[in-house]
Amino acid sequence: MSYIATLPAPGALNPPSTPALTRRCDTTGLAICLAAEKFIKLNAVAAVVFLLLGGIAAILLALTRWQMVHLLRVDWFYRVLTFHGLNMLIFWILFFEVAVLYFACTVPLKSRLYSKKVAWVSFGMMLTGAVMVNTVILQGKADVLLTSYLPLLAHPAFYLGIILVAVGTLVGVFNFFATLYVAKRDRTYEGSMPLVTFGATAAAIIAVVTLLHGAIVMIPTFTYSMGWTAQPDPMWYRMIWWGLGHQSQQVNVCAMVSIWYLIANLSTGAKPVNETVCRGAFVLYILFINLASAHHLLVDPGVGSAWKIWNTSYAMYLAVLASMIHGFTVPAAVEIAMREKGYVKGLFGWVTSAPWRNPAFAGFVLSVLIFGFIGGITGVTLGTQQINIIAHNTLRITGHFHATVVGGTTLAFMALTYYVIPLFFRRDFIWRGVARAQPWLFGGGILLVSIGMSFAGSLGVPRRSHDIESAGIYGPAAHLFLGLMGVGAIIAVIGLLLFVVLCVGTILFGEKNAGRPMADWGTAKAMVGTRAGSLAEDHWAMKGTMALTGVFLACFAVYYFANWKALADVWPVR
Amino acid sequence: MSLALPDRDWYKAPAGAEKLWIGLALLWCFVMSVMMPFWHFRGKQNSRGEAYAVQPAAFLARTEQFVAANKVGERNGIPIAEPAPGGDAYLIGRMWAWYPVLKLRQGETYRLHLSSLDLQHGFSLQPLNMNFQVLPGYDHVLTLTPTSKGEFTIVCNEFCGIGHDKMIGKILVE
Repeated sequence: MSYIATLPAPGALNPPSTPALTRRCDTTGLAICLAAEKFIKLNAVAAVVFLLLGGIAAILLALTRWQMVHLLRVDWFYRVLTFHGLNMLIFWILFFEVAVLYFACTVPLKSRLYSKKVAWVSFGMMLTGAVMVNTVILQGKADVLLTSYLPLLAHPAFYLGIILVAVGTLVGVFNFFATLYVAKRDRTYEGSMPLVTFGATAAAIIAVVTLLHGAIVMIPTFTYSMGWTAQPDPMWYRMIWWGLGHQSQQVNVCAMVSIWYLIANLSTGAKPVNETVCRGAFVLYILFINLASAHHLLVDPGVGSAWKIWNTSYAMYLAVLASMIHGFTVPAAVEIAMREKGYVKGLFGWVTSAPWRNPAFAGFVLSVLIFGFIGGITGVTLGTQQINIIAHNTLRITGHFHATVVGGTTLAFMALTYYVIPLFFRRDFIWRGVARAQPWLFGGGILLVSIGMSFAGSLGVPRRSHDIESAGIYGPAAHLFLGLMGVGAIIAVIGLLLFVVLCVGTILFGEKNAGRPMADWGTAKAMVGTRAGSLAEDHWAMKGTMALTGVFLACFAVYYFANWKALADVWPVR
Repeated sequence: MSLALPDRDWYKAPAGAEKLWIGLALLWCFVMSVMMPFWHFRGKQNSRGEAYAVQPAAFLARTEQFVAANKVGERNGIPIAEPAPGGDAYLIGRMWAWYPVLKLRQGETYRLHLSSLDLQHGFSLQPLNMNFQVLPGYDHVLTLTPTSKGEFTIVCNEFCGIGHDKMIGKILVE
C-alpha cells in the first residue's frame, strides 16, 4: 500500500464539499461522490443485464427438467446450464457487489472514490471476461458446467475469461480498500465506520481470499488447456475450486446481510440493538468461513473423516453462529424501531404495521425468511459430514442454494435496487403497483423452486441431469416435485422479467426526482408522543423476535434430526 | 443508524434477549459439532474417504480380473459378478456406463472399489439415495453392507458429458 501514500490525496486536494466532485442527495442529505455514483450505476446496469441473461437460461432449464415439458435438446441443456451458472452466480452477483462496495466506501464515510482509472480498469476487465465466457459457452466450446471439473476441458478462452473477471473484481476490491485508507487518512469521518461499511469490508476481505483461490486453480487449468503444462489432479482441483466456489457465496452472505441492515434502516429507521454483536458476527464470517469448500468434498475419496468433520463445522460452526446472530439482530432492530415508534400491540403488532407496501422492505423480509428458514437450515444439514451421503449431487443441493443465493442474496439485491435507482439514477419508479408485487412473485416463485428441488432430491433425483427417465426408477412423486419446481420457476422468472422491465423502464422513462426527495415507497411513521431510543435500555423488548427465532430453532432441530434418522435407514457404509 | 457513524462508546457486551439467543445458538452449534464425531464412532454410515492412487489402466485390469474370476451371468451384454462375502468388488465408472453389474448378498460386508477411467462420475445408489464421488486416479473404497434385498440402480450424478443421463448401472442383492 506504500505507493498510495505518495499519490496526491484526492480528499485533501478537493474537499468533499467541492460541488464539482460531489452532490448532495435530495432525499437523505448525504454527500454523494459523483465518480462513485457513475461506477455504481455502470456496475449495477451490467449486473442487471447478466441477471436477465441468467433468467432466460433459468426458465429454459426448469422447463427441461420438468419432464412433462422437456424443452431443450441434450447438448443445449448442458450449454444453457453452464451459461445459467456463470451469469447468475458469478456475473450478476459480482457486478452488483462491486456497486455495493463503491457505495459502502464512499457515501457513508463522506469520502471520494480513490480512483476513477482503477474503477475503469476493473469494470473493463470484468466486462471483457464476462463477454468472453458467454461467447465461448454459446459457441458450444465450453459445455463443462460452472464447476468445469477436470478432466472435463473447455476452450482456453473460458478459463481466461473467468480469470479476467476475477482479477477485475480484485482490482475493484483494491479500489474499495484504497478508498477506505484515504478516507481514514484524510479523516473524512470520526471514530468507527458505519455498520454497512463494516459489513462490506468483511465481504471484501473474504472476496480477496476467495479470488486468490480462483487464481490458484484457474491459472494452471488455463495453462493445461493451452497444452503448456500437465493436467492438475482432479481432487486438488475440486478442493481449490470450491475455495472459490463456496467461499464466494460467503461474500454474498456478507453483502446481503449488510443490505438487510441498510434496508431495515431506510424503511423503518432500525439501528443495531448492539453494534458489538453485529460487528462481532461479521468478524466470525471472516475468521471461520474459509474452509467451507469442505462441504463439497464430504463423500470424496482421498480426504479423511477427521479433515471432513473439522472443516464441515469450521472448527465449531462459528460461521453458522454468525448467521444465527444476524438472524436475531436484524428482526430485533426492526422490532425495537417499530415499538419505539408506538407499534406495541401484542407480540406481532410491529409486524402487521410494518411498511409492507414498500417493495424494498417486502423483498428484504422475504430474503431474511427464505435465506434463514430454507437456505440456512438445509445448508447446515446437508453440509453435515455423514448426512451428505444422502444428499450429495442430488437436487437437494440445488434446492438449498436456490434458497440462499436466489431467495436470499438476489432478492436482497433486487430489494435494494428500489432505492438505488431513485437515489442514484434520480428517477422515480414507473408502475409502482407492479413494483410492490414484484418481490412477492419472485420470492414466492423461488420458494416453490427450492421446495420442489429439495423434495425431488430427497427422492434421489440427481442435479445436472438432462433426463431422468433413462434410469426408469423415478415415480409420480418425483415428477410432481419437478413440476412444482417448473411452476415456481415460471412465477420467479415472471418476477425477474418484471424487475428488469421496471429497472430499464424507470431509467429511461421514470419521472426525474432531482431537486426533491424520491417518491416514498412507504416508511414506518412514528406515532405522536413516542421517542426514538426510548427502548435503548430494555434488553427484553424484542418479544416477537424471540418468538420467531424460537420457532426457527425448533424447525432447525426437527429437520436436522429427521435427516440423521433418514441416514440411519440406509445401508451401513464406511 | 446502520448508515451513520456509531456512537463513540459502541463497544458493549450483549445483554438480555440478545445474550440469551447467542447462548442458545452457541449451544446448538456445539450439539451439531458433537454429532459428527459421535456418529463417526457410533453410527453406521460414514464416508471416510479411504482411497489409493491408481492408474485408470491398472484399475481396468483389476476389474477385468475380478469379473473373470467372479462372473455368474450376463445382463444386457454386461457381465454380472458376484464377489465372495467379505471380499473385494470392483466397479468402473466410464462414459457412459457402470461396469460390471454386481451381485451381493444381504447382510454380508464387501469392500467396493470405485474408480473412473475418464471423467469424474457420481455413484448414486437408488432408491436408497446413497451418493459418493468417483474420480479418475483414485481407488475409492467403500466398506458396504447391503441390508435390503432387491434390484438397485446406480445413477451417475456428476456431469460427464452428453450421455451423462444414460449412465445407469445395477447392483442386485439376494
